[in-house]
Amino acid sequence: MTTRVRRWLPGLLLVSPSIVLIAVFVYGLLGWNFKVAMTDKHNEIAEIPGNFVGLENFVSIWSEERWGLSVRHSIIFTAVFVGGALVLGWFLAFLMEKGIRGEGGFRAIYLFPMAISFIATGVVWRWLMNSATGERAVGLNRLFGYLGMDFLQWQWFRDPDWGMAAMAVPAVWQMSGYIMALFLAGFRGVPEELREAARVDGCNEWQVYRRVILPMLRPVTLSALIILGHISLKVFDLVVAVSGKQIITDVPATFMWTAVFDAHDPAKGATIAAYIVLSVVIFIVPYLIWNARKGNR
Amino acid sequence: MAAVAVSVASLLTLTACGGDAKESGGGEAAHKKVEVFSWWTGPGEADGLKAMREIFAKQNPDFEFFDAAVAGGSGDQARALLSSKLQANQPPDTFQGHAGAELQGYIEGGKLESLNFLYDELKLKDAFPQQLIDQISVQGQIYSVPVNIHRSNVLWYNPSVLKEAGVDGAPATIDEFVADLEKVKKTGKIPLSIGSQWTVVHLLESVLLGSLGTDAYNQLWAPNADWSSAEVTKALENFKAILSYAGTPQEDWQPAAKQVADGEAAFNIMGDWAYGYFHNPPEGGLGKESHKDFDWAASPGTDGTFMWLSDSFTLPKGAPNRDGAIAWLKVAASKEGQDAFNPLKGSIPARTDADKSLYQDYLSWSLEEWSKDKLAGSIQHGVVANDAWRSAINDAVGLFQQSQDVAKLQEALVSAAKNNNQ
Repeated sequence: MTTRVRRWLPGLLLVSPSIVLIAVFVYGLLGWNFKVAMTDKHNEIAEIPGNFVGLENFVSIWSEERWGLSVRHSIIFTAVFVGGALVLGWFLAFLMEKGIRGEGGFRAIYLFPMAISFIATGVVWRWLMNSATGERAVGLNRLFGYLGMDFLQWQWFRDPDWGMAAMAVPAVWQMSGYIMALFLAGFRGVPEELREAARVDGCNEWQVYRRVILPMLRPVTLSALIILGHISLKVFDLVVAVSGKQIITDVPATFMWTAVFDAHDPAKGATIAAYIVLSVVIFIVPYLIWNARKGNR
Repeated sequence: MAAVAVSVASLLTLTACGGDAKESGGGEAAHKKVEVFSWWTGPGEADGLKAMREIFAKQNPDFEFFDAAVAGGSGDQARALLSSKLQANQPPDTFQGHAGAELQGYIEGGKLESLNFLYDELKLKDAFPQQLIDQISVQGQIYSVPVNIHRSNVLWYNPSVLKEAGVDGAPATIDEFVADLEKVKKTGKIPLSIGSQWTVVHLLESVLLGSLGTDAYNQLWAPNADWSSAEVTKALENFKAILSYAGTPQEDWQPAAKQVADGEAAFNIMGDWAYGYFHNPPEGGLGKESHKDFDWAASPGTDGTFMWLSDSFTLPKGAPNRDGAIAWLKVAASKEGQDAFNPLKGSIPARTDADKSLYQDYLSWSLEEWSKDKLAGSIQHGVVANDAWRSAINDAVGLFQQSQDVAKLQEALVSAAKNNNQ
């Protein structure tokens, strides 16, 4: 008996603080959030706990124009950000992998943006992406003006339709170096023998990449997709640093912020928070399942 | 070297002594401490608070003022902290809030004590304008003491830009305003500068007031008000027309005001805190000369009406030191307190018996208007619409900036009024 206890007890004691902390501060508060989201507590100060209303808040929010807009913005941002960072990161890694001189230096340069917070990135890019055009242009629009490429001047994040694509540009700038590092590790993980074998079998260089290396990069790509995807769906700091709380760049997280702190409507804020969590879960759960299956194999 | 070591050691003992002294005094002073919660931490406003605090200390040697100010303009952070304190029933002794509907949530939640007894005791109903009393009363009860008054409906303009465009003086009506904007546009300057989304809501409140007239505007906030009327439609069409002359939105109100000061733009509609920014020396302002580099007038169509907003102090239920809080409210309500605070903050006192010689330039104009104008409350600054309503109006205006659809804007405003009218 005692020997058996001795086997598992120290280990359990060691991890129990983190189990308790995560249970309370992650899952406990997550559960509380869902509970608030299913009540009619639309007033923060009054001492009403709120009545249970089921999924009413989850349904009614779709009739709000602002919610539809923020979801649309989130989708555009995610598509441009994830796609852009993956393609650019892959391309940079591809160039590195070809054995460029001073690779270490380039690697550091491309990774550096990741050391900056989204807030700092946002403050700088807010200026770069100033939407004034013509004589009053500053930032990138001014650069385009100097270069005689006035046709490239546009409203950036103030463009009513594709503004969120511009918002994704700083995010791509910041994260593509990290994705490059992931892919570079992936490239390096492909044994040289495999490439040689493929070449001996008559593959040209393109086919080596297409048929041998890319399939072997699939796990890396998936990891990158998950990392970028969940950052993108939760994006808040970058948007706030670039444009503050304006509808023109509204995303679910900023909507949640104004619902809670401006309109003082906890139930609506909790509902939006719940949707953000659910959207990330949809991203992550397939990955976890896939990982678990791989582990069992 | 040794000398340094000695002085460091003596410094340490000194601080230790200081700590002890405070602690020993703490026991008896604890119940006499008055916690005053505000968001006055910026230049000017913090100085004003300090001036009032000195008066308080002089009049109330038994109480100790405890400054619980939370930084962050317009009080976003402060109010988030305040709600959690109130929810936990641990209120400060008194807290700052915009007078009017912004306090409504607290009032409905039963968090505030009525101050009618104080108004009677100090005869404040005679000191403040009757319309102000009417507009901050909730079912006959008053819950706050206004310390200062800011004006929202001010049209700021650059005289030389106007001259260049052939516009003589500030426009008196909305129609004249639109005509003037058109004239400026022809010169290639920005007719009207705007900032981020909230400054556009600020513009909307001035246009609504100028277009509807004071009585109809004030009626909008009465129960069952009609937001779907043709007059409101006309006002919103004016808003759209005016907005079509706006320049590229700036990051906030300061860069938008700066465009006027720099002669890039002709007009800007902003509250009177812009005056300090235009006029103050370069550390905190632009150092411009009034009536020459910049000038002001009532926003078009609102001459004779003062659209006000006000910072006020309250008495929360269950304040740990109720007597201390009341002593503070008495200072905040007094002529002496208000005349100490306002010249530093750059606002005017809510009392009509203030010492006029203390208020110069813009402030003397504002004080003059305050004592004779009709009053209307601001939307964006928490007077007429509660938080949820204001937030819904902000959403509607943000969406309108993209859609430019007046009918949709009006629809959104109608439903905002229906859902939130107090």
